[in-house]
Amino acid sequence: MLSFIARRVLSLIPTLFLMATLVFVMVRLAPGGPFDGEKQVPVEVKAALDAKYKLNDPILVQYRSWLGDVAFHADLGPTFKYPNRSVNEIIVLSLPVSMELGALAMAFALLLGIPLGIIGAIRQNTWKDSLAMGVAMIGVSIPRFVMASLLVLVFAMKLYWLPVARWETWRHMILPVICAGAPMAAYIARLTRGGMLEVVRSDFIRTARAKGLSERKVITRHALRGGLLPVISFLGPGFSGLLVGSLVVERIFNIPGMGRYFIEAAQNRDYNLIVGISLVYGVLLVVFNAIVDIAYAFLDPRVELR
Amino acid sequence: MSASTPSSGPISKAPRWKEIERGSSLWRDAWRRLKKNRVAVVSGVLLILLFLASIVLPELWRFGDKVPVGLSYPYARQNLALGPTPPSAAHWLGTDPFGRDLLARLAFGGRVSFAVGIVATVMSFAIGVTWGGIAGYFGGRLDTLAMRFVDVLYTLPLLIFVILLKVFFGSKKSALFKVFTAGVGILSKHPTDPEYFPLFQIFLVCVALGSISWLTMARIVRGQIISLRAQPFVEASHSVGVSHMGILFRHLLPNALGPIIVYTTLTIPEVMLTEAFLSFLGLGTEEPLSSWGQLAANGSETMTLFPWLLVAPGVVLAVTLFCFNFLGDGLRDALDPRIRKDG
Repeated sequence: MLSFIARRVLSLIPTLFLMATLVFVMVRLAPGGPFDGEKQVPVEVKAALDAKYKLNDPILVQYRSWLGDVAFHADLGPTFKYPNRSVNEIIVLSLPVSMELGALAMAFALLLGIPLGIIGAIRQNTWKDSLAMGVAMIGVSIPRFVMASLLVLVFAMKLYWLPVARWETWRHMILPVICAGAPMAAYIARLTRGGMLEVVRSDFIRTARAKGLSERKVITRHALRGGLLPVISFLGPGFSGLLVGSLVVERIFNIPGMGRYFIEAAQNRDYNLIVGISLVYGVLLVVFNAIVDIAYAFLDPRVELR
Repeated sequence: MSASTPSSGPISKAPRWKEIERGSSLWRDAWRRLKKNRVAVVSGVLLILLFLASIVLPELWRFGDKVPVGLSYPYARQNLALGPTPPSAAHWLGTDPFGRDLLARLAFGGRVSFAVGIVATVMSFAIGVTWGGIAGYFGGRLDTLAMRFVDVLYTLPLLIFVILLKVFFGSKKSALFKVFTAGVGILSKHPTDPEYFPLFQIFLVCVALGSISWLTMARIVRGQIISLRAQPFVEASHSVGVSHMGILFRHLLPNALGPIIVYTTLTIPEVMLTEAFLSFLGLGTEEPLSSWGQLAANGSETMTLFPWLLVAPGVVLAVTLFCFNFLGDGLRDALDPRIRKDG
């Protein structure tokens, strides 16, 4: 088990390295630089800025010095557009906000999606099933930003029940968490239903029923463990969907998380910030996927650890 | 499929015999099952109507205009004096701040949205089927290498690359635009016409989305091919001298068509949803070529004043995605009743 985990973690390093390199090269190959914005700066100033941030060096030289800083000092470099702030500082400020949003959204998705899926499965082909799956299908089909805008319009601007934006008290968190988590909840409901339907037909469930266990116990003690396996394996892609969704949600609700900085950085060509945030996204995603794989191996005795 | 295709025999006089003799193929069974699934049928019909509407409506609406066939609302039809009006008898869905009829804009937007969805899906189909087919058919080290590559891509946040591609290479100065202009030059006499730049934006979105959405297709196709590879008919084709590519593309892939069709149907809404997401971030299609996502995104900016500009495109987009998803689910149940992973 330990060697499996060790190998899984070691295999992440080349992936992350590849990703950082791709982004690093990509942003520098594109036409235009961080100081060719709409505000034209004088040529001398631009030359001085380029020299200060070593943007005139060959890409390979820039890459070597950047990689050295990252690998040996965990330093992602200075930002270009936020004076006197390093990429590290921005990430330290914004990552906790994004993590909070992501964790709450995932909790919301699991707490809503799993019960919906179970209802669909144990009441298969009744109106409850159709209703649960209809709601889930709507959740998969409405773009996040449309849902978010409509919710804001109704609950914040017409009814004045909830604040429109920002990230302070629990009241600020309700709408963003719903918007970020709803599509994931819908997928989880569909997967739970499918998984449960498959498990409920198997022999060990018949045995459990034959023993005279109550239906509730059959479902919670025996069927859920197998029925939730598809949900577990979806958590990896689901997490990546949350990352992407946070770009939209943070923008609509004006939440100071990493997603908002990422879009701004991309539009400003803030090279170090783009590469830094991409790298953090990559680390989060890859580590989360590894945890999911390991958890899956624990939960499903048929999976062999190689 | 090929094994069960009917052959015309001598006893085909009575119609009843004809019926029995034709037997039942996978496709016939699937069609029968699909027809029973009312939701899937309604979804399919709705999709066809929406598709036809976005082809026909713009032509009807600008009947008599001398503007050539296009994807965008003609500037000449703007009505700045009219401005934004809520839905009325003259404009069923209302007008936007430029006095443009929203229904007409939605019809034009449908062209863009369907085009993006279909082109990107065709691209992901071509890459995924070829990649997965070759990996599964040849197996061994090639398979390991090809699938490891897919695994690595799976763990990367690919949309980040799409965003960067769109931000950094979506300008007139980028090398990709030069490639595009050269391509247009083959078809048109004026490749530098500024009219082509919005097309380039759409082209870029399609390429970006197509190149990240083929991974699952590759995995599905590979799995199918591996399970088919061991069948005796493959050996038989070999023995009569069919080439590897012939076996793969003429004999194996057609047998794996069921899951491929299902997944293709489910890729279209995924691509359209991602395009809407990009449009919201200002990185999708660009005015005047507005997809439904773009219209909804614009509508969300002015929703306090003109809510109809958000609601109508949002509903059309959601209904389309809804139908594609239901149709895909229905096709899966019809084509492969054993495998019901979800839904």
